[in-house]
Amino acid sequence: MNLNRVVTSRRHFLKTSAAVGGGLAIEFALPMQARGQAQGTAAQEVTAWILIHPDERVVVRVARSEMGQGSFTGLPMLVAEELQCDWKQVSAEYASTTEQMKRNRVWGSMSTGGSSSIRTSHEILRKAGATARQMLITAAAQNWGVPAIECVALNGVITHAASKRSTTFGRVADRAATLEAPKDVKLKDPKDWQLIGTSQKRFDIPDKVTGKQVYGIDVTLPNMLHASILQCPVFDGKVKSVDSSAAEKMRGVKQIVRLDNAVAVVADNWWRANQALKLLKVEWDEGANATVSSQSIMALLSDGLNDTAIPNAKKVGDVSAALAGAAQVMEAEYFTPYLNHATMEPQNCTAWVKGDKVEVWAPTQNAEAAVAEAAKALGVAPTQVEFHKMHLGGGFGRRGVLHDFVKLAVLVAKQVNTTTDVPVKLTWSREEDIKQGAYRPVSLYRMKAGLDAAGNVTAWHSRIAAPSIMLTFQPDRVRNGIDTNALGGFIDMPYTVANTQVDYSLKQPHVPVTFWRAVAHSQNPFARECFLDEMAQSNGKDPVEFRRALLKAGDKNLLVMEAAAKAAGWSVPLPVGVHRGIAVQDSYGSYAAAVIELSVSDQGEIDLKRVVVAVDPGYVVNPDSAKAQIESCVVYGLTAALYGEITIKEGRVEQSNFYDYPMLRINKMPKVEAVLVPTGGSTWGGLGEPPLSPLAPALCNAIFAATGQRIRSLPIKNHNLKKV
Amino acid sequence: MVKLNINGKVHQVDVEPDMPLLWVLRDILKMTGTKYGCGVAQCGACTVHVNGEAMRSCSVPASVLEGKKITTIEGLAATKLHKVQQAWIDHEVPQCGYCQSGMIMAAVNLLEKKPKPTDADIDAAMSNICRCGTYVRVRAAIHAAAKA
Ligand code: FES
Ligand code: FES
Repeated sequence: MNLNRVVTSRRHFLKTSAAVGGGLAIEFALPMQARGQAQGTAAQEVTAWILIHPDERVVVRVARSEMGQGSFTGLPMLVAEELQCDWKQVSAEYASTTEQMKRNRVWGSMSTGGSSSIRTSHEILRKAGATARQMLITAAAQNWGVPAIECVALNGVITHAASKRSTTFGRVADRAATLEAPKDVKLKDPKDWQLIGTSQKRFDIPDKVTGKQVYGIDVTLPNMLHASILQCPVFDGKVKSVDSSAAEKMRGVKQIVRLDNAVAVVADNWWRANQALKLLKVEWDEGANATVSSQSIMALLSDGLNDTAIPNAKKVGDVSAALAGAAQVMEAEYFTPYLNHATMEPQNCTAWVKGDKVEVWAPTQNAEAAVAEAAKALGVAPTQVEFHKMHLGGGFGRRGVLHDFVKLAVLVAKQVNTTTDVPVKLTWSREEDIKQGAYRPVSLYRMKAGLDAAGNVTAWHSRIAAPSIMLTFQPDRVRNGIDTNALGGFIDMPYTVANTQVDYSLKQPHVPVTFWRAVAHSQNPFARECFLDEMAQSNGKDPVEFRRALLKAGDKNLLVMEAAAKAAGWSVPLPVGVHRGIAVQDSYGSYAAAVIELSVSDQGEIDLKRVVVAVDPGYVVNPDSAKAQIESCVVYGLTAALYGEITIKEGRVEQSNFYDYPMLRINKMPKVEAVLVPTGGSTWGGLGEPPLSPLAPALCNAIFAATGQRIRSLPIKNHNLKKV
Repeated sequence: MVKLNINGKVHQVDVEPDMPLLWVLRDILKMTGTKYGCGVAQCGACTVHVNGEAMRSCSVPASVLEGKKITTIEGLAATKLHKVQQAWIDHEVPQCGYCQSGMIMAAVNLLEKKPKPTDADIDAAMSNICRCGTYVRVRAAIHAAAKA
């Protein structure tokens, strides 16, 4: 059974309809993944990306995931620009992972991370649109017996001016679908774009205001059972024994499932499963990690910084000599904590094991990785997995490479003994979600700079001790002890400093780490941009001027800094009691700068007034969605800087829910001004993460301006602020 | 048996006295528009109306709601969208959308009590958590709905 309407045979003469083929009836209405439901009419697959219905509706297949960032609309816009169809006729559906396997990965990467949806697929998608347009034109020309070159397509209508004939995409789609796809298609010059760069309404929004949108957590199937899970609170620990006598007696409880490192209760609804779970008496084998604490992790990182054999990731000039000869030497240590993603939709997955096959429903940023994980858990080939990708209630990296929720759902479902195969929906409690994450790594920085008598930076030595994400997921990317992924912002620092050195000490506590919105760019800019502010302030220099002197002419970092400063009115004095800070950082092909204005009360309370973020992503496809991503990054970044902190005690996470892992709410929300300054060129940058990078340092630099207090460790809530 | 009046329809459910309304809605009645976010009255994803008051359904046992009028996101717009939903569409408020049923229910309740809310009224009434950070649009859409 497939929730996404998808073609299941070969490319030629393919038909599709809304009817769900085979299998059991599904209890809920099919989610309207596509705007406008196919009413059983035959659609033609012109290319793998594009279906055209006889009534002119165009369905564009989307390979990446929609998690609120707008790809479900932005990606079809790229196709439609070149297809020259009528945008009002366009809807989207997910490309099927089953078909992806059968058809030699015809849709390319399905991964939705690294702010990559648009920047890594814009060309394929524009080409897909241009290819289909040419095939449709050729089909019309063949019908009329005229040269294709004399025909044009606009708004879904093909015209041959000389003979005054016209037809529509819907009428020639069947013929077009039989044609060979042209090899080389020419793409429009960006100046001729009509759709790209205009704000279009997102397809997924209407169902999200009526409660109709079906997320993974909402999957409802006949005879479905519900599971709640408790994993060993100490990562890598194991189950020693389980006393489930009380839990078994609870109403609705069907089974207690014991796994290697976890226990799950399966019941007829989730609340009952979760209530019974609380009655389990589990004895854990917590292993050697049970003594690890935030303090011991800090000591480990500190050791890393002091390691005399610390590997060199970058070396330009001679920092030691330059520091020795400097008029002023500055040194400071910075720290950033572990963070949980806290997607609003807790981790969940529904698995229906049927012998050596499994059908899976999950919110994922990478459907292919989810399939691989499900297959591995069941011990079968990926082709035995039928997968349904659901819109995500937030991703932020949690659902990207790590599919622990898929694995556990399959393992639990596999063990459920019922007389017939039944689907099992595993939902993590919020507490489980906070305690069993994979976290944004901690990091400890030692910054050292040398300045000459005029206050020019002559040497900058950055030493970083932090866990490596790559060590877990792609160990071959760690070379000579160095994970360059952890060093973004330092090894590619845009500032011109004659002598620079970057050292990296890889320290890997047992706490699992993964990609978290903006990854290393969520933390490294805090150390870099605050330390730079320290240099400017200690020399009585304006932070914008100070950076301008260090940036090369034409550097887009300079451009976005100027844009943010201008929009914020940097040169205009602020009202008494209001202060500001600035920071700059490029990442994922985009350049971002933020200016934050705030005041600090006598009691040390921060009142955020205004946040201005300027971004140059090269190109902007859907400006309103782009602005929404900037707003989103502001909230995510401010929340982390102000409150975000996962701490470890006795090997386990101390926090458990929003009361001890607090979130920014509307009452603390500043005004946000999103400034888009796309400069075109050959690079397409991302927008889901880059705007977040300058937030924490801009905030801490503003706090310094307001209080004279330099925040060198996050979160800010741990500091007692005093007004100057 | 607990008798519940939800969106104008009476449902009889056989549940424990302490089962929260949220789970009766989601798992017994299969009305999944109301979301689980925290289970401890922190996030507001589960907000519904009970006798015209916004309430966090994760923290209210269904059994105490007999005889009361419950409205969920599904019951907000029987025929035509509520003006708050329309404002949400006009301002493209939702991102992932997961928190938005609760946001909308809270906003509707605010406007019922204060048809022309100030920013301070919005701050006080809208304590729902949105991880995608839609707050600036939530505020703008509430003001727009107040004018509609
Ligand atoms: S789920 Fe009820 S307030 Fe969070
Ligand atoms: S829109 Fe995603 S949590 Fe609010």
